Amino acid sequence: MTKTATPQSSGGDVRLQGISKTYGSFTAVHPLDLTVPAGSFFALLGASGCGKTTTLRMIAGLEEPTTGTVELSGQDVTVLPPYKRQVNTVFQNYALFPHLDIYENVAFGLRRRGIKSVKKQVEEMLDLVQLGPMARRKPQQLSGGQQQRVAVARALINHPQVLLLDEPLGALDLKLRRQMQLELKRIQTEVGITFVHVTHDQEEAMTMADTVAVMNGGRVEQLGAPADLYENPATTFVANFLGTSNLIEAEVVEAGGEELLLKAGDAKLRLPAGRCSASARTGEKVLAGVRPEKVALKHTDDAGAITEGHNRLPGRIKDASFIGVSTQYVIEVPGLGELAVYEQNIERDGRLVPGAEIVLHWNPAHTFGLDAAQDIQAGADLDEEAA
Amino acid sequence: MSITETPAPPDEQAEPAPLEVRKTPTRKRLVPYWLLLPGILWLIVFFAAPLVYQASTSIQTGSLEEGFKVTWHFATYWDAIGEYWPQFLRSVLFAATATLLCLLLGYPLAYLIAFKAGRWRNIVMILVIAPFFTSFLIRTLAWKTILADGGPVVGVLNSLHILDVTSWLGITEGQRVLATPLAVVCGLTYNFLPFMVLPLYTSLERIDPRLHEAAGDLYARPATTFRRVTFPLSMPGVVAGTLLTFIPAAGDYINAELLGSTDQKMIGNVIQSQFLRVLDYPTAAALSFILMAAILAMVTIYIRKSGTEDLV
Repeated sequence: MTKTATPQSSGGDVRLQGISKTYGSFTAVHPLDLTVPAGSFFALLGASGCGKTTTLRMIAGLEEPTTGTVELSGQDVTVLPPYKRQVNTVFQNYALFPHLDIYENVAFGLRRRGIKSVKKQVEEMLDLVQLGPMARRKPQQLSGGQQQRVAVARALINHPQVLLLDEPLGALDLKLRRQMQLELKRIQTEVGITFVHVTHDQEEAMTMADTVAVMNGGRVEQLGAPADLYENPATTFVANFLGTSNLIEAEVVEAGGEELLLKAGDAKLRLPAGRCSASARTGEKVLAGVRPEKVALKHTDDAGAITEGHNRLPGRIKDASFIGVSTQYVIEVPGLGELAVYEQNIERDGRLVPGAEIVLHWNPAHTFGLDAAQDIQAGADLDEEAA
Repeated sequence: MSITETPAPPDEQAEPAPLEVRKTPTRKRLVPYWLLLPGILWLIVFFAAPLVYQASTSIQTGSLEEGFKVTWHFATYWDAIGEYWPQFLRSVLFAATATLLCLLLGYPLAYLIAFKAGRWRNIVMILVIAPFFTSFLIRTLAWKTILADGGPVVGVLNSLHILDVTSWLGITEGQRVLATPLAVVCGLTYNFLPFMVLPLYTSLERIDPRLHEAAGDLYARPATTFRRVTFPLSMPGVVAGTLLTFIPAAGDYINAELLGSTDQKMIGNVIQSQFLRVLDYPTAAALSFILMAAILAMVTIYIRKSGTEDLV
C-alpha cells in the first residue's frame, strides 16, 4: 500500500435520540436511542427489513425521522437537508455518476463545496484506494470491487465527520468481500473517521466493527463489542443470529448462589448466575445456551474421563459433516432435541460416527441463560441469508 | 441488401438426419435477414424508389404539355434557392423556436411524470398522448378557432396588453393573433409537443433516483443536482426530442397554411404549391432535396456539438 498524506481528520460522534420512522401504519424503526462514539467503527447488523438502512438514511438526511433528533458532534441536524450535513454515504450499489469519469466522480463533493484545486486531493484519494491509473475511465468500465472503492473514495475525500456505509460489500463475491473488509478497516484506522456500517452479514460486522448493534423488527436488540455480543447474547435473536447457539429449555431448581442449578430433561446443568440475563428464581423456566464450539464429545465408553464439574448431556450422533478444520456434529439428545457441536480436528476419535452413543460436556462457565418467554427460534432461520 | 443471395427455403434442403446438426446454425444465421426482408422491401418501394424518381425530376426541364425530360439542369437548384431563401430561413426559424418552446414546456412536464407523478403517472401519460386520437388537421383547425379574432384568447391577451408587446416585437399584427408568426409557432409547438415529451420522459425515467440522493449527499443543492446530474443524464432524451420536433416542424406546411397568412409561408407550403398548384415539378423536387440536405447538415452539426453520438 502506498503511503498516504491524507490529513488526519477526527470523526464526530452520532447521537440518535428517540428516533423513529413510520410509513403509514408500518413502523420501520421504533423509537431508539443510539450513540456512536467519535472515531469508532460501528455496525448496524440485522436481517433485511429490520430498519437498519432506514436508521442510516435518517443519519444521512435522506429520510426524515417521524420522531426524535439526530445530532452530529453535538449539533442538532435533524432538519438539515443532506447537502448541509457533514456526513457522506457509500451507497449499496455505489450510485456512481455514469456520465462522469472516476476522477470527476471523486472530485464531485469537493467541487460542490467550491474547492478549485482538487487535483492533489483527488490523486491522493485515488492512490489510497489503489485506483490511480483508472482516473479517466467511466464507472461502467470498472469491476464491482473497483466501483466499490471509487464509492468509498468519493465519500472519504470530503473528510466527513461520519462515513455511512449501506451494505457496501453486498454486491461483491465472497473472496472480494473478505478482502474489502480488511481494506475498509485499514482505511478507517488510517483516516480516523467515524464509520457507521449497515450489513446483514454477521461475520462482516464482527470482523470490522468495534461496536455492533443487532437490530430486529425496528428495534436494537443488543449493543456491544463483537466478542461481548457473541459470548453474552441477551436475547434468543442475538444468540441465533450471531453465529449458532444451542438453546435448551430448563427449569431453575436452585438459585441464590454464584451458580444456578438447572434441570433440563433428566440432566442437571450449572449456569453462572452472572451470565443469566433473565430473572431466575427457583421453579422458573430459563433457556440455557451454549455455543457449539464450546461443547466437547466423548464416546459413552470414555465418559468417566470427563472433567469433574462439567455440564453433561447424553446423546447420539445423528449426523457428522467434515469441513476441514473442524467437524460439525448434530447430536440427538433424548427429551431435548438436536444440538450442534463443532469439534476441532486435532485428534479424531474413529468411533464418533453417526449412530454412536456419546456424552456432551462443557465447562459450566460457558453456559449463558436467557429469558424463556422468548421465541427459541428467533433469528435462527435468518442466519442462512447472512451466511 | 442481398435478397438474391438468400438460399432456397430449408425444406428443399431436407437431407438425412446427421446433417441436421450442422444445418441449424446456418438457418439461425439467416433468421435476422428474413426478419429484415419486409421492412427493406417497404423502404425500397416507398422510400428509395420515390427518392430516385424525385432526384431525376429535379434535373428535368420541359412543360406540362410537352412533357419533362432529364437534361441535367442543375440550375433549378440555384434558382430555387435564389427565389425561396426567405421561406427556407423562416422554416428554420419557426421550427427552431417551436423546438425551443417544446423543450421549455416539455422538460418540466416529463420531469414531473418521471419523478413526481407517482400513481398519476399513467393518467398524465395518456393526457400527453391523447391529442393523437384526433387527426393533425382537425387539431390545427381547432387552433384556428381558439386564436380567432374576437375569440377568448385574443380577448384576454388584448385586455392584458400583451398583444401590444407582441406587435411591437413583430410577431403579431394589431389586434390579431391568427395569420401571424405567433400563431404558426404556437401551432407547431402544440402539434409536436408529444414528440418532445416522450423521449424526454423515457430518458429521465431511466435515471436511478439514488444518483439524486448521492448528489445531495455530496453537497449538491437540488438546483446543482439538476444541472450536474439530472440534465446531463437526460441529454439523449433532449437530443432525440429536439430532433423529432425540429425535423418534421421544419418541413411542415399545415400550420402555416391554416394559422398563417401569405407572409408566414414556410418551405413546406412552397413545395406543396409548386407540386400541386404551379405544377412545376422540377422546382418542387429541387426544393425538397435542398430541405433534406439542409436538415441533414444541421442535424449532423447538432449531434456533433451536443457530444451525444454514443448516447443516441
